[in-house]
Amino acid sequence: MAEQSVPFRGGGFRPQTKRGVGVVVFVVLLLFVEWGTREGWISNLTLPRPSDVGATLLDLAQSGVLWTHLGPSLTRLIVGSLLGVSAGIGIGVLIGLFSYVRAGLVPVVAAIFPIPKIALLPLFVIWFGIDEGSKYALIALGTFTPTIVATYGAVDNVDRGLIRMGQSFGLSWLSIVRKIVLPGALPGILSGLRVSLAIGIILLVAAEMLGAEYGVGAYILQAGSLYDLERLFAGVVILSALGVLTSWIIGKFEKRLLAWRA
Amino acid sequence: MDLTLDQLTHRYGDMLVLDDVSLRIPAGEILCVIGPSGCGKSTLLRMLGGLEQPDQGQVLQGGEAPEGCLNPLTFVFQDFALLPWRTVAGNISLVLEDHGLPKAQVDQIIDSVLARTKLSDFRDALPRQLSGGMKQRVAIARALAVNPAVMLLDEPLSALDAQTRELLMEDLVSLWARQPFTAVYVTHNLSEAVRLGHQIAVLSRRPGRIREVIRIDVPLSERTPGLPELGALQTRLWHLMRDEALAADQELVHG
Ligand SMILES: Nc1ncnc2c1ncn2[C@@H]1O[C@H](COP(=O)(O)OP(=O)(O)O)[C@@H](O)[C@H]1O
Ligand SMILES: [Mg+2]
Repeated sequence: MAEQSVPFRGGGFRPQTKRGVGVVVFVVLLLFVEWGTREGWISNLTLPRPSDVGATLLDLAQSGVLWTHLGPSLTRLIVGSLLGVSAGIGIGVLIGLFSYVRAGLVPVVAAIFPIPKIALLPLFVIWFGIDEGSKYALIALGTFTPTIVATYGAVDNVDRGLIRMGQSFGLSWLSIVRKIVLPGALPGILSGLRVSLAIGIILLVAAEMLGAEYGVGAYILQAGSLYDLERLFAGVVILSALGVLTSWIIGKFEKRLLAWRA
Repeated sequence: MDLTLDQLTHRYGDMLVLDDVSLRIPAGEILCVIGPSGCGKSTLLRMLGGLEQPDQGQVLQGGEAPEGCLNPLTFVFQDFALLPWRTVAGNISLVLEDHGLPKAQVDQIIDSVLARTKLSDFRDALPRQLSGGMKQRVAIARALAVNPAVMLLDEPLSALDAQTRELLMEDLVSLWARQPFTAVYVTHNLSEAVRLGHQIAVLSRRPGRIREVIRIDVPLSERTPGLPELGALQTRLWHLMRDEALAADQELVHG
């Protein structure tokens, strides 16, 4: 039999960074819709023309209306998720470290997690007032539970061998937690943060739709009730941008704090 | 400082792991512990270092720890146990930070142990940038930094390839020659045991019992790989272990 080269069957299953592919897919999709709406086989009741949405966005930015809506939304998102995430990390670490806290709180967390938090908004309005308080509380609670779950999972996954090593060198309990457990849990906590903040954005919009004068959610609601698709989509684009931005910021944090992984 | 094991017996659930183990580890000597895998060597070592409590019996320490000793019983682990987010120097300073030493002294200790383990050029490297042999040298440097009274080494070279193992054995011998330390060296590798041990304790398969304690009179520095006495001893150890290892291998894993 003649000699043949051995067929290659390895490779794959290893995500690599492919720069620009995401942008290309995005642009192709937009061009496709633009083409369809111009040609008329996508009616302008189905989808607005991307260029019109762009023009609306530009107009929003120039008239300053963008900031009257984005400002309050950003404040709510930042304050609410800061509260929820920091409490979530704190309690998650406690659950990870103490068996009694775990036994006591894990069932509670499991009970709170699946509640659609938006259903609690009326309650929060009574507790924290109709203004910003109830919105902060809603976003805080929404980011709180997933952060807890991600954090104690991350603490559980810290290499026990490293903790044993710390003990064998006589490190204090606090040193072990600060220098071994927390840095070891950081990758898991940060990836949990991505999920938590996405949930935070969803709740932000929901809260603003249910009762707010300004805010991206309120803006989308107005546009929707007038069937103004261009403005509705402009709002949606802003939300997507917000999602991409938070994810990018977390990515930056990961690059900085987890450089040792590479 | 010397250590004495007094009739240690230990069970996990109803599985007897160590049965009436008594041993003396004299100061300034290396005691090698060999035995088939699963016979309780690591368990024994954890008890020596106070990481685990025996069901019966006790571990006694006698004599004074050397001056400037920060952690009398110090482990070197098979999997190195380095913090991946700290540099070589950072991993060593980890075990010094809790002692409130002045920074100059910490730096001086780090410099000195890095020099002794030939790691001075890798001070700022991260563990992932190092080969297995280098990582274990960092772990040894970290152990030396606390100036231990007794080093407890759990198969420290088992994760390394044969050449690296040979080099590190030479390093350990020269470290010991410069400054004799007390050590318990657990291994399942007979050639490591005959190269490094002043005494070799042979454990039976599970439940681990002491089968024999053998003293080797050849000084460490004169033990070269080809030495006939060591070859003969290694053959003798292999005969002692062979049946145990065979039987241990064919036992069902305890579930
Ligand atoms: N924490 C533990 N819990 C239950 N069983 C254990 C534990 N540690 C070790 N064992 C069992 O005890 C036996 C001895 O283990 P070990 O001391 O690690 O053996 P060796 O180091 O000689 O290979 C093995 O059968 C192992 O499965
Ligand atoms: Mg072992």
